[in-house]
Amino acid sequence: MSTTRRTILIASGATLATPNIAPAQEAPGVTATEIRIGSTNSLSGPASAYSVISTCLTAMFRRLNDEGGVGGRRVNFTVYDDAYQPPRTLEQTRRLVEQDRVAFLFNQLGTPTNNAVHRYVNQRRVPHLFLATGADKWANPREFPWTIGWQPSYRVEAQIYTKHILETRPNAKIALLYQNDDFGRDYLHGVRDVLGPRFDSMVRTATNEATDPTIDSQIVQLQATGSDALICGVIPRFAAQAIRRVHDIGWRPMMFMTNVSVSVGAVMQPAGPERGVGLITSDYRKDQSDPAWANDAGMTEWRGFMQRYLAGADLSDNNFTYAYGAGTTMIQVLRQCSNDFSRENVMRQATNIAPMDVATLLPGIQVQAQPTNFNVIRQMQLQRWDGRSWVRFGNVIEGANV
Amino acid sequence: MSAISITTPIAMPAWKRGALIIGGLALLLAPLWLLESFQLFQLTMAVIMGLAVLGLNIVTGYNGQISLGHGAFFAVGAYATAIPMSLLDWSFWATLPISAVVCGAVGWGVGFPALRLGGLYLALTTFSLAVAVPQILKHKSVDAWTGGVQGLFLLKPEAPAWLPLSPDQYMYVVALIVAGACYLLVWNLLRGRMGRALMAVRDNPTAAEAMGMDLATLKTRAFAVSAVITGMAGSLAAAVVEFVAPDSFTFMVSITLFVGMVVGGVASIMGSVFGGLFVLFVPNIAEAISRSAPGIIYGIILIAFLFVLPDGVAGLVRRITARLRRTKGREKS
Repeated sequence: MSTTRRTILIASGATLATPNIAPAQEAPGVTATEIRIGSTNSLSGPASAYSVISTCLTAMFRRLNDEGGVGGRRVNFTVYDDAYQPPRTLEQTRRLVEQDRVAFLFNQLGTPTNNAVHRYVNQRRVPHLFLATGADKWANPREFPWTIGWQPSYRVEAQIYTKHILETRPNAKIALLYQNDDFGRDYLHGVRDVLGPRFDSMVRTATNEATDPTIDSQIVQLQATGSDALICGVIPRFAAQAIRRVHDIGWRPMMFMTNVSVSVGAVMQPAGPERGVGLITSDYRKDQSDPAWANDAGMTEWRGFMQRYLAGADLSDNNFTYAYGAGTTMIQVLRQCSNDFSRENVMRQATNIAPMDVATLLPGIQVQAQPTNFNVIRQMQLQRWDGRSWVRFGNVIEGANV
Repeated sequence: MSAISITTPIAMPAWKRGALIIGGLALLLAPLWLLESFQLFQLTMAVIMGLAVLGLNIVTGYNGQISLGHGAFFAVGAYATAIPMSLLDWSFWATLPISAVVCGAVGWGVGFPALRLGGLYLALTTFSLAVAVPQILKHKSVDAWTGGVQGLFLLKPEAPAWLPLSPDQYMYVVALIVAGACYLLVWNLLRGRMGRALMAVRDNPTAAEAMGMDLATLKTRAFAVSAVITGMAGSLAAAVVEFVAPDSFTFMVSITLFVGMVVGGVASIMGSVFGGLFVLFVPNIAEAISRSAPGIIYGIILIAFLFVLPDGVAGLVRRITARLRRTKGREKS
C-alpha cells in the first residue's frame, strides 16, 4: 500500500515539475519587439502600503508603451509578490531571472529583502537598479557593481546635516543620538564621513535601542557634554520624546531630526508643535500638499499622469511622487541605451546619468550617477518647523563624496 | 477505514518491489536533468517545506499537541547552520549534528510547558514563541552572532569534484538525502511501538496512562523529535537560500507549516510531502491568477481544498487506493 501511495506522489511531483525550456536570447529578456523588466514588491504582508509604487511604475510603463515604447520595443514590466519575506524575494527574483528571463531588475522593495538577493544578482551579473530602500549599502560600486540604489541614504542625510552645521557654526560641538542598529549607524557613518579626523574632538554620541522605554537619560547625558548642535537618528516614537525632552530641560541646540521621523501627525503633534519650533530636517521630494507647487510644471505633469493613468488613486500618498521619480530615471536610462539593451550596456547607462531634473523632485535636486558614485540622489534641501508646518530654507546641499 | 487496518497487504514479489524502488529513485532524480535551475530550486524548497511539515506532524498530527510555533524551530535550525558556516567556515554537513542537538534541546524545553497546557492554550503559547523569535534574533546580546537585522550570508555547499553537478543540482540531492533520511527515521519511529504510544496519548491520555505510558516523557520527547526534524529543514533552507535574517522567520512561517500539515493530511507521513508542495506552489498559482488580490485567491484555494479533501491530500490518496484494492479484490473473487 505504501508503495502505491509513493508512486502516486512521485507521479504528481513529476507533473508539477514539467520542464519549461525557453530559447536562449542573445541579450536576455530582449526581443525585437519587447524588453522584459522584473521587480518584487510587498503586494501582501506588513509592508503592502508600498505596493502602490509598483502600481505607479506599471502605469508609467503603460504610458511609455502608448507613446511607442523605447527603441521600437514595448516594455513588459513584471512584479511578483514577496510579502516582504527575504526567502520569497530570492525565490521570486530567481523566477524572474531564470524562468521569465527578464533583462534586468528594477526598484525591488525593502532592505532585508534586497539583502537576500544582493549577492545572487551580482554573481549572475543582472542589473539590480534603483532599489526602493534608503540603506547606504547599495552604493558600493567596487564590491557590488550590479546594484544601485536611488533615494538619498540615511548616511547622505547625516552628511548634509553635518555640512550645514560646519557652515553655520564652524566650531560647534555636536551631539549625536542614534539608534543602535543599521538604520541608526548610517547616521554615525555620515557624520564621520564629513568630519574625518575631527570627529573625535567634535562629536559626543549616545545610543538607544528600539526597545528602550524612553531616551530621557540619553538626552540629559548629551546636554551635559555642552554640545550646541544635536543630530537625531531615531524612529518616530523617540523623535517625539527627544523634541519634548530637549525643550523641557531648557536645552536649545541646533536640532536635526531624521526625515523618516518628522510626520506632523505622528511626531510633531505628540511632541507639542510649539516645542519643535526651529527643528531642522530635510527632503528631496516636492510635497504635493504644499500650495507652493499648485502651478508647478513638474507637479502638473505628475497630476496629469495620475489623472489619466491612475484615476481614483490617493493623490496625498507620497509613494506616488517617489515612484514617479524612480520611473522617470528608469525611462531615461532605457532611452540612453539607444538600441543595445544588453545587461552590460543597461548597467553602463544606469551608472552614467548626466545630472537631470525630475518632475517630482525639489528644484535643484538632480538625479545622476557616475561609475564611481552610485548615490543617485545625493542632494537635499533643509526645512525648518515653524510651529505649524515645515518651511524649506537655504540652498540644496550635496552629501560628501566618499 | 477497514482497509487501512490491514497492515500486511498481499505480499509483493521481490522483483516488483525492487523495480518500484528503482523507478521511484529514478523519478526523484529525474528533475536533476529535466528542470532548469530555478525550478529545481523551487522543488528543493518544496522538499524542505515538506520536511518541516513532517516535523510539525509528529507533534500535532500524531501526538495531538497543537503547535503554532514550529517556525521558531525552523529559525533555530537555520541559525544553527548559518552561524558556524558563516562565522567559523564550517562545512554544511558538520553543522547538521549541531543543529539537531540545539533544536532537540529547544524542542525538549518547549515540551515542558506543553505538559500543563492543552489544546488552545498550548497553541497560543507556542504561537508566542514564534512571534518572539525574530525579535530575540535581533537582540543586541546575540547580534554579534546572528548578524542582527542584516542577517548572515553563507555559501551553498559545493558539489565534490567527482560529481558533475551544478550548485542547484547538488543542493537538490543534498535536500533529498537529508529529507529522505529523516522520512525513513520518522517512518520507522511511528510505525512501531513509539508511534502507537504517541497516538494513544493523543486519542485517550487517561487510557494511555492506565496502560503504563509515561505521558510527560512521551510528550516532551515528541516535541524534541519534532523540533529536530523541523530544525533540519531550517538548516537546509539556510543553505539553499544562502541567507538568514530575522525577517525570514516571522510567525507566518509557523502558520504556513500548519496550513501545509492540514492540507497534506494530519497524522500522515506522505501528507507532509503534499503539504510542502502546496505551501510552496499554491501562493505562486494564486498570484498567477490575480495580481491584485493573491491573498483572496489563496484563501479560496485553501477553503476549496479543505472542503473537497477534509482529511487532506493523503486522505484522498488513501481513499483511492482503498477503493482500487476493493475492486481488485472483487475481481479476484
